[in-house]
Amino acid sequence: MSLQQAAAPPAGFTVAQYAICMRGIVWREALRFLHQRERFVAALVRPLVWLFIFAAGFRQVLGISIIPPYDVYVLYEVFITPGLMAMIQLFNGMQSSLSMVYDREMGNMRTLLVSPLPRWYLLASKLFAGTAVSLLQVYAYLAIAWFWDIEPPLIGYLTVLPALIMSGLMLGALGMLISSVIKQLENFAGVMNFVIFPMFFASSALYPLWRVKESSPLLYYVCEFNPFTHAVELIRFALYARVEWVSLAVVAGCTTLFMVGAIVAYDPARGYLARRGEPGGGA
Amino acid sequence: MMHGTKPDELPALRVENLSHSYGSRQALEAVSFAIAPATFTVLLGLNGAGKSTLFALVTRLYATQQGRIEIFGCEVGRMPGEALRRLGVVFQSRTLDLDLSVMQNMLYHAALHGIGSREARRRAGAALERIGLADRARDKARDLSGGQMRRVEIARALLHRPRLLVLDEPTVGLDIRAREDILAEVRRLVAEEGVCALWATHLVDEIVPTDDVVVLHRGRVLAHGPVPRVVEDSATADIRAAFVKLAQIPTRSTSESP
Repeated sequence: MSLQQAAAPPAGFTVAQYAICMRGIVWREALRFLHQRERFVAALVRPLVWLFIFAAGFRQVLGISIIPPYDVYVLYEVFITPGLMAMIQLFNGMQSSLSMVYDREMGNMRTLLVSPLPRWYLLASKLFAGTAVSLLQVYAYLAIAWFWDIEPPLIGYLTVLPALIMSGLMLGALGMLISSVIKQLENFAGVMNFVIFPMFFASSALYPLWRVKESSPLLYYVCEFNPFTHAVELIRFALYARVEWVSLAVVAGCTTLFMVGAIVAYDPARGYLARRGEPGGGA
Repeated sequence: MMHGTKPDELPALRVENLSHSYGSRQALEAVSFAIAPATFTVLLGLNGAGKSTLFALVTRLYATQQGRIEIFGCEVGRMPGEALRRLGVVFQSRTLDLDLSVMQNMLYHAALHGIGSREARRRAGAALERIGLADRARDKARDLSGGQMRRVEIARALLHRPRLLVLDEPTVGLDIRAREDILAEVRRLVAEEGVCALWATHLVDEIVPTDDVVVLHRGRVLAHGPVPRVVEDSATADIRAAFVKLAQIPTRSTSESP
């Protein structure tokens, strides 16, 4: 045995090592989530306020005609439930992106990025972890909503899962992309104003798009081009065990696009990280 | 492991002609040095000398713009995975997750290196035992003192058994006692376990005569070698005097560094 090679680890990583790494990242995200009860409560209260108060008030104002995937007239509460599910994921995606900015400043991000596994894999694992947390939130919301007479077919709870995973990944990837360009922690207000509100309101979350078209054709097209609309529609149809193919394609395409963007942004060679400034987090 | 270099040994860290700039500001300029395995090397420089930039490049937080870095012969830019798995890092800023327990922090790090949970628990337990914090394993990281956090960070950085440990100003913000403890711990790792340590600091009194030193000033290496030789070459009495003299060579103007 030569001097150095004795202790040298074998080159490359096994599949098991990749799995261990992802499990570790998901496990940490889950632990953090459990430790931050306020975050969980906030994530639940937000859609419930919309459901209990906003929807109740709007019920009489906005009649919903029969549109797919619904076979009968549905209450407004039922109509906005997929939108609120997507909203939970939107907030979660933005919040985890913000926690990445926070992590970056606090140094936790460095712990992640000095892992010897490929960086794209680390980021993808982080994305899966965030999506898993958003699933917990969405199902908790659905459980409460069930008592509020929002009762999609039982099979819907299962068929909506792949849709939620896809929309969770898309919104998480968007958050990750944004996190690579946000400079400071204080900018959540900016994210609210420039990302969350426009995406949420210019979508089919709160009103069917044919009603939007009646009032403003321009806004209608904005909504149609909003990926969030397609996340909502994908979830809406999946909740009734149906597939909305256009939305599926849009969500899949956007997920890929945002993810590639985030990986490029976090790539040390090409990313913004290096251009932005010096190490030490402004210290 | 023996102290010192054998001719056919790969250096633990080799930096060659490394330059880096932030826009128009040059942070590192043609930095070259190599350090031998199982040595304690001090990277000495004032704040703003370029130490943190060098660390960001060695740990591949940033890509190398010019020059090359090798860790035990693995070039960081071309084979980052192989380079990073041979490297343990203690960053200047605190990097423990304060909401998680000490053990959870250790296990997370192990997972990031692909170490399975049983083995990770065994190694983490032994590591905490060694630094005398085994009874704090279940405590939240935020309940530790600054010195204890640092010791945990060092133990954590060694979980995947790297043979090069780089530490960026690890004693910043610690009291004298904690500083001494941590210095002693890292020196013990070098002497007894053959770890190579690169210790960045601006504090001359952390250096002892048996160390190697790299003097970095305004992005350039001004001197490199065993402490006695650096002192001798600069024709001064001790390393403090040598550093003062060296650091003022380039322009003679007052330092603009913060």
